[in-house]
Amino acid sequence: MGSGEARHLLGRTGFDAPLERIDQYARLSRREAVERELHSVRQAPGAPPPAWVNDWQPPARVRLMSGEERLQYQRQLVARGLELKGWWLDEMRGTDSPLTERMTLFWHNHFTSSLRKVRSPVLMYRQNLLLRRHALGNFGELLHAASKNAAMLVYLDGAANRRGQPNENFAREVMELFTLGEGHYTEQDVKEAARAFTGWSIEPETGEFRYRPMLHDSGEKTVFGRSGELDGDKVLDLLLARPETSRFIAAKLWREFVSNAPASEGERADLERISHSLRDSGYSIRATLRELLLSDAFWATQNRGVLVKSPADLVVGTLRQFRIEYSESLPFVLVMGQLGQDLLAPPNVKGWPGGEAWISSRTLLARRQFVDRLMRVEEARTQDWLKPFDGRQEVLRAVLLAMPPSNPMPAVEGMEMVRAFIADPVYQLK
Amino acid sequence: MKRRDFLGASVAAFALPGVALSQTGAQVSGYRKLLILVELKGGNDSLNTVVPYADSVYYALRPRLALARDQVLQLDQGTGLHPALKPLMPLWDAGELAIVQGLGYANPNLSHFRSIEIWETASASEQYLSEGWLARCFAATPPPAGFAADGVAVGGNDMGPLAGNAARVLALNDPAQFQRQARLANPSGGAPRNAALAHILKIESDVLAAAGHLAAGAQFRSEFPRGPFGNAVRTAAQLAVNQAGVAAIRISLGGFDTHRNQAGTHARLLGELAEGIAALKGALVEAGRWDSTLILSYSEFGRRPRENDTSGTDHGTAAAHFVAGGKVRGGLHGEAPRLASLEGGNLAYAIDFKRLYATALERWWGVDSTRALGGRHTPLELFRA
Repeated sequence: MGSGEARHLLGRTGFDAPLERIDQYARLSRREAVERELHSVRQAPGAPPPAWVNDWQPPARVRLMSGEERLQYQRQLVARGLELKGWWLDEMRGTDSPLTERMTLFWHNHFTSSLRKVRSPVLMYRQNLLLRRHALGNFGELLHAASKNAAMLVYLDGAANRRGQPNENFAREVMELFTLGEGHYTEQDVKEAARAFTGWSIEPETGEFRYRPMLHDSGEKTVFGRSGELDGDKVLDLLLARPETSRFIAAKLWREFVSNAPASEGERADLERISHSLRDSGYSIRATLRELLLSDAFWATQNRGVLVKSPADLVVGTLRQFRIEYSESLPFVLVMGQLGQDLLAPPNVKGWPGGEAWISSRTLLARRQFVDRLMRVEEARTQDWLKPFDGRQEVLRAVLLAMPPSNPMPAVEGMEMVRAFIADPVYQLK
Repeated sequence: MKRRDFLGASVAAFALPGVALSQTGAQVSGYRKLLILVELKGGNDSLNTVVPYADSVYYALRPRLALARDQVLQLDQGTGLHPALKPLMPLWDAGELAIVQGLGYANPNLSHFRSIEIWETASASEQYLSEGWLARCFAATPPPAGFAADGVAVGGNDMGPLAGNAARVLALNDPAQFQRQARLANPSGGAPRNAALAHILKIESDVLAAAGHLAAGAQFRSEFPRGPFGNAVRTAAQLAVNQAGVAAIRISLGGFDTHRNQAGTHARLLGELAEGIAALKGALVEAGRWDSTLILSYSEFGRRPRENDTSGTDHGTAAAHFVAGGKVRGGLHGEAPRLASLEGGNLAYAIDFKRLYATALERWWGVDSTRALGGRHTPLELFRA
């Protein structure tokens, strides 16, 4: 497919486009390259987890703590939260399957939960594993599992939703944000669905899902015109059966991989096909991604460089691109937060809006400063990194930028060339 | 004279080559008058902020959360303020604080995202607009080119009413950091090949335009409260006295989505809000800018009159908001909450919030509001003659 297409595929599915990979993939057909990407996906992280991931403290034990112990415990939670963010960043930096991490992050931004409300690094870790396990699996299974996930039950008050005292938070968000999208359900559907989800709770001893029949409202309910003694699983299945769901998810995948602009006349056919693929495959994410990555719209030259890099793309991408090693991931976790993407803590249940919203005067300057500082510190290593390019400016350009730079290239060589490319506005795009 | 003392004492130099700060009593016109928007993120519980303390229905609906008659700061025989708003009382007593009650819109949406979008884009409930109302206003009637920026969003993760590519707007945390980082902006010559690139190029050009103009940081004798809101208020004050103007500033205070255990959280937040606004007044008075500044609060919605089972309140509709400034005609405006005639358990609105915006556009800045607001909305009488 040539190096231009290889670069595009790697840049969009992964975080960066290394020279050797570009050369490898350039010799494959589009289909072969896409299959290779999809095949390399993992279901579990490669990096070992933090030592404390099984240290679940039942709330009862916390309540019995003395003032001093509780203070220590809170501090420990904060430290562990940071450690968990660092662990995930390490995974993104070191993985041999960046597509796995991209999709895990995608689902984290879809089935949102935040450490700020959940306050349990153990629960957020388990949720992260779940999202990765199903990342390119079956969306139906993912929906069911994510809805019963303890972190989610805390985040959307599912555990507080009980017969006689319904809490509509989860019912509303599962329709508005996780499946159908705004405007495709009524307030009555939300109310009735909330009743169906009652009884979903957390077992305090283990922090795992537990169904409590005593708290479940087993009465007759009507959701989307279907009546019966609907329970939570039934409602989720009803949501999966609605055509809006595959369209909604397909549109999100489109915005992640193809473009943020409204689909043009020609692209709409591709989008429809992708949405049908999701539905007709019984919600296979892998099959859908295959359809998407082989679509004309994905490869169209007018869709190169149209997506804004997220802070993860920029930070992890730059670290990977220049093979930067570090002993402490914390500084990079904090930078990502400053750039607007605090891992494991999206701003609200709608997640990070992404696209142009990543770039404001504040974040653009901060992004430039990050890259600028990194290059200063890593100058020696980058000189080495440059050697295989043998002074070929165009090859360097093709590796670093998704499309030709915005500014004319000054007549420079070596590090100055690298600096000029990464200071170009196009470096912020993919 | 107080202003000269301040100028003499201020260490962080900002040059004053003949461009006078607005003086008390001097005529300041158009965009040289400043608008500061204070976003209360999450949906502020208006009923416990501007309290109908003589209404028995209020107590019936909120057995646990209602504020007692002798707790509230009484404004008149039926309305009082949450006690944490005590720092605002000097403004009330000076007649510089107006409270507009019953602000909302038809067919209210109870989703945070959708409702704040409606408030920020000044759209109708079923209409989807992408540009903020201020951005549209600045696009239709641009502020002077010599301004550092049309509007500044301080802190926060989004541009809110300033969103959109049509106006010259900045996002920053503080002017000093902005100045330091601005040297990294690129004077770019390229033509934008796609929308994302166009957005970036525009931001860079806005940064470069502002970089020369934003003074690093005026000092004030007034103190600012500690914490992120206090910092945002300080930044707003620094921008307000900046030699090259800005027309609008947006700051935010978050945490108002009080579904559970509202009492303590709400008191803390209102205290922060009141201290922040009082400090802002202090700084602006010091700088001679109080009479040429208008402060408005806004929020995605109020909260449900009946408290919930977790000592909190759920998403609601109409709410009261604050209007403050040296030229404001203080007092209660709008309509007290009609708790006896709720719709779906929520308050019916009395005044379309777009009228508040129209007041800022037409009566404060003297610009036409129809394009910015997509129609005619009658301004409110919120200013002294």
